[in-house]
Amino acid sequence: MLSSLLALPFAALEVGHHLYWQLGNLKIHGQVFLSSWVLIGALLALVIAGTRKLERDPRGVQNLLEFLWDYISNLAREQIGEKAYRDWIPFIGTLFLFIFVSNWGGALIPWKLIHLPDGELGAPTADSNTTIALALLVSLAYFYAGLSRKGLRFFEYYVDPIPMMVPFKIVEDFTRPLSLSMRLFGNILADELVVAVLVFLVPLIVPLPVMLLGLFTSAIQALIFATLAAYFIGEAVHEHHH
Amino acid sequence: MDSIVTAASVVAAGLAVGLGAIGSGIGQGSAAQGAVEGIARQPEAEGKIRGTLLLSFAFMESLTIYGLVVALVLLFANPFAG
Repeated sequence: MLSSLLALPFAALEVGHHLYWQLGNLKIHGQVFLSSWVLIGALLALVIAGTRKLERDPRGVQNLLEFLWDYISNLAREQIGEKAYRDWIPFIGTLFLFIFVSNWGGALIPWKLIHLPDGELGAPTADSNTTIALALLVSLAYFYAGLSRKGLRFFEYYVDPIPMMVPFKIVEDFTRPLSLSMRLFGNILADELVVAVLVFLVPLIVPLPVMLLGLFTSAIQALIFATLAAYFIGEAVHEHHH
Repeated sequence: MDSIVTAASVVAAGLAVGLGAIGSGIGQGSAAQGAVEGIARQPEAEGKIRGTLLLSFAFMESLTIYGLVVALVLLFANPFAG
């Protein structure tokens, strides 16, 4: 009984197994590229389909996209402030949608049906390379935002209340991308592992509530990543009044 | 892999998550207490309180998740396995 259940094609616990592609001297994780290309394609198709024939009374996909735009621009305005938020809506929105779609796509699409020679397809954000790249993009973005808007006055932020804060603020520049990337990576990987362990123990019904909880937390993680990115940008462009 | 290293890694992985969970458990408890008190005092502010609560839960939870990342590194990508 047990051995026949274990022979079913459920997702295996495959942390650390990857489909390696050789690109020059680099070894890259092919399964992450494949699944993120599929998800980016789906996202692009949705957005193009929704904006092809714009109507005054939005219906269907256009309605959904307008709701998302509203949501993201509210988020950006709250964190960045009225003056600068417009420039950053595309960046924040892209981050939010990509992370959201990859988290949910990793959980909802039956990737196991596609057989790979090594490793397995899943959420692109369950690989630390993806999340570190996204977090470094956020770092670049807030430095660019501050420097382009305030010039060298951006560095006033480092001595903001008192000059003694300089070392802490410099350390913060390094811990921000670290904690951003590890938070997203750890949460998504933990969701997948918990579901995989439960499926291994009890294959039917019991994992369902945990899967739903996983969907919920992964949506929240996408929101948190976007909120924090907007918050960092907002802090960089914020004008200090003396 | 050396059996001492294996045993130490497994124990350390368990401790990393277990000890990490203590702090965020206490933190989430007191945050939830504050939110419930806030909702009881001002039921009309429930939506806003819930949003803030979920956001701060996720921050606290990520502290345990850091412990989990350390545990996963010890179990699946152990640098001392040599």
